[in-house]
Amino acid sequence: MRSRSEDRKFAQRRVRGVVNAGIAVALTVLAVSALFVIVGHIFVNGVGSLNLDFFTKIPKPYGETGGGIAQAILGTLAMLCLAAIIAVPIGVGTAIYIAEIGRGRFAQMVRFAIELLAELPSIVVGVFIWALLVRNITGYSGIAGACALAVIMIPIIARSVEEILKLVPDSLREAALALGTPRWKVVLFIVIPTVLPGMFTGIMLAVARAAGETAPLLLTSLGNAFFNFDMRKPMAAMPLQIYSYAVSPYDDWHKKAWASTLVLIALVAVLSGAVKFFTRRWKHESH
Amino acid sequence: MTIKNLIVRPTTKAVDSGDRLFTTLVGAASSIVVILLLGFIILLVVDSRESIRSFGMGFLTGSKWNPVATEVNHIQFGALPYIFGTVVTSLIALALATPLALGSAIFVSEYAPSWLGKPVAFIIELLVAIPSVAYGIWGLFVLVPIMRNVVEPFLQSTIGKVPVIGALVAGPPFGQDLLTGGVVLAIMILPTILSLSREIIAHVPRLQKEGMLALGATRWEVLSKAVLPYARGGIVGAAMLGLARAIGETMAVTMVIGNSSTKIGASLLTPGYTIASAIANQFTEADSPIYFSAIVELGLVLLIVASVFNIGSRLLIRRLARREGGSHA
Repeated sequence: MRSRSEDRKFAQRRVRGVVNAGIAVALTVLAVSALFVIVGHIFVNGVGSLNLDFFTKIPKPYGETGGGIAQAILGTLAMLCLAAIIAVPIGVGTAIYIAEIGRGRFAQMVRFAIELLAELPSIVVGVFIWALLVRNITGYSGIAGACALAVIMIPIIARSVEEILKLVPDSLREAALALGTPRWKVVLFIVIPTVLPGMFTGIMLAVARAAGETAPLLLTSLGNAFFNFDMRKPMAAMPLQIYSYAVSPYDDWHKKAWASTLVLIALVAVLSGAVKFFTRRWKHESH
Repeated sequence: MTIKNLIVRPTTKAVDSGDRLFTTLVGAASSIVVILLLGFIILLVVDSRESIRSFGMGFLTGSKWNPVATEVNHIQFGALPYIFGTVVTSLIALALATPLALGSAIFVSEYAPSWLGKPVAFIIELLVAIPSVAYGIWGLFVLVPIMRNVVEPFLQSTIGKVPVIGALVAGPPFGQDLLTGGVVLAIMILPTILSLSREIIAHVPRLQKEGMLALGATRWEVLSKAVLPYARGGIVGAAMLGLARAIGETMAVTMVIGNSSTKIGASLLTPGYTIASAIANQFTEADSPIYFSAIVELGLVLLIVASVFNIGSRLLIRRLARREGGSHA
């Protein structure tokens, strides 16, 4: 038999448990609502200004209504492509080196460098490219912007591809090596094909992450209100457009900034989400 | 690991050259990464040399930022107000985000069934995919008015009346100030702290939890006496990584922090700067070599601080992983 004071103590312990569980639930609800609140505001405020002109015209000077951000969409895509062309070979090569070949101190050093680069504040990347290229060599330009984005993409690609290569069972490599297959053929024709969809996902996630970067572009590609196909000149980008419209004093530009944000988020979602969809299908077919 | 030591000794010349070329190529790619990191450090140090030489430690301790010489002021760069803004906003962010992230991590991994916990964690962690300029525009047009009209007057009418800590919320509520910067940062670092804490809590050995449950402990007692003490070091590490990201975050903060005053005061309702927002606002004005050098030195400070916190956080988390590995052996 329990005494009354023991009963009370047990009840107290249970109450404390319930109260703390309640606090955890409340904190979770608050955290979950953040995403819905933010995305909801962006959708509601942005969707009204979307029309065909928004995607096909360049900005009108202040006072005239209409116009769009086509030049910024073009700039973002152009710089992302160039950045990917620079970053993918370096990132994937690094991942192959540390996962398949490298041993000892140098591989450790490479891993450490990747970790540090991945967590560098993006504005520092901007300052670096600004000091390295913009000031004396290229000036504010699409090339400099693409280089900054590439610096951001390289460690992300290297990290995710390394993780994926580690998933390949060693027995597969051993079997191939035992047959006398040279190392490079093992990596290129046996290891990589088994994880190709995963590698592709990792690369696209890096591209998606770079698509939203603003700070490094601010210091390198600067932005542009007109169509520009020459990457040696200052280039517009969606994040830059959002920033300059949002901090402007004009109502019409604020609406355009919201709409651009919606488009940017959609682009990020497509880059990171659709890829997963396609790679899953690829996997199904290959099995 | 064993497989790596099994480097093939090629017998024919053709195979030999293929492997050698391949190793050279991927080795070159990795060298580029190392060179890139070294390049960052060297270039930023070299380009901030002029500023370091002119101001020395005064760059970190001085509070006058005068890029243009006038009759009363000579050129001087003291980054203390920016450092102050960075520290204050990051600490606010940490103070707000850690309880939220930890509470959610506990709910997701200990209370919720996995059909609920996994999607909830996924939704919160999606916050990391939102570009920082999107947080900026949301902060500027949604959060700033709420802070100005609702939250800040409320804080002033409650804790503003308390003698000493009332100074924290003194002054007119602008909305664009250190407090708002901290709130936006808190949302941005929430997913980072959550996902790491979740991983760490998942690594707490089952036996310890089951042992306490078998002794008749309530769920909360298991959490507070077995899970959290075990995970403490790792959770500190998670918070530290969140702090590192908060320190380096630029655009969202730049858009809500005001960028107008270099006053260092007690009030969180003062519009201020962070190091990152100062760079974003001023790099176009850097027309003289010394101004350029001072901006680069701001970048160098950010690089060093963010890297130190990043390394510290990894050491804490790794120590926990190693202890766990040891307990199984």
